[in-house]
Amino acid sequence: MSTGTIFACTGVILFAMGVAGVILLDHLLRRILAFNLMGSGAFLVLVGLGQRAGHPDPVPQAMVLTGIVVAVAATALALALARRLFALTGGYVLPPGDARDGDG
Amino acid sequence: MKRAAIVALAALFAVTLIVLLLDLPAPAVDLPAAVGARMADSGVAHPVTAVLLNFRGYDTLLEIGVLLLALIVVLAVAPREGVAALPRADPVLQTLARVAVPLMLLAGVYLLWAGAFRPGGAFQAGAVLAAAAVLLHLAGLAPAWNAPGKRLRVGLAAGFLVFLGVAAALLAQGTLLQFPPAWAGALILLVEAALTVSLALILAGLFLFLS
Repeated sequence: MSTGTIFACTGVILFAMGVAGVILLDHLLRRILAFNLMGSGAFLVLVGLGQRAGHPDPVPQAMVLTGIVVAVAATALALALARRLFALTGGYVLPPGDARDGDG
Repeated sequence: MKRAAIVALAALFAVTLIVLLLDLPAPAVDLPAAVGARMADSGVAHPVTAVLLNFRGYDTLLEIGVLLLALIVVLAVAPREGVAALPRADPVLQTLARVAVPLMLLAGVYLLWAGAFRPGGAFQAGAVLAAAAVLLHLAGLAPAWNAPGKRLRVGLAAGFLVFLGVAAALLAQGTLLQFPPAWAGALILLVEAALTVSLALILAGLFLFLS
């Protein structure tokens, strides 16, 4: 079992934790954090699988670098939307009706 | 009950995927060798920069577009409460910021230059520069940003527009974003410099427009 495979397995565990968090947590800030955990897990899988042969593969590394920056922007966007929701409703929890009607 | 079921399903998913990962066949395409074979044409000496700006340049072009879009949406939903007050000035933090920010500017420019031949590049440089701006704000030395003026808008869009301009100019020779080897180094440096400015302003703006 190479180091890269260990990274990839850790990434899978992080991703699964993130999925459970996104479904189970109600507070939007925690849900955004769980979503970030999913992203970090996916990045770790990509990088880990890329270097399981022993030498790093530049293509997944470049993709993950791009992905990290986009994830930062998406997180900031999610936080801005959460603040807007707080300004409108006074809470960081999605109204229950919307969660069932839309895709959450 | 529902909670336990979701946790169990997530654990089952993780175990299945790990079992599959451990038994993965060798990759059918040897990407590192493919990148290495064309490194001489890429205009830079570091494989990750070559992939980011040359071999898969459209990823980076779309990325800066996505960032700009995210910032525009943040600007649209951010609350406008007039000019935000400075955070309370802390003398220790202010002294630290005055020492650290010039060094961060230097490190940012170095990272941009180093990207051609070692780990570094526009993203890392932009992140360091944006962190410097956030540090200045948190130390009470710089105000938060309100609505962007004309010059700030030009800076925010410069990276995307320069990259788009280079891509459009290269279309004249047939393929999107295929740099001619003789010009690749200079064009990549131009694109990366513009990207650094825009990334720093966008990442700083994501914090400063919201605070």
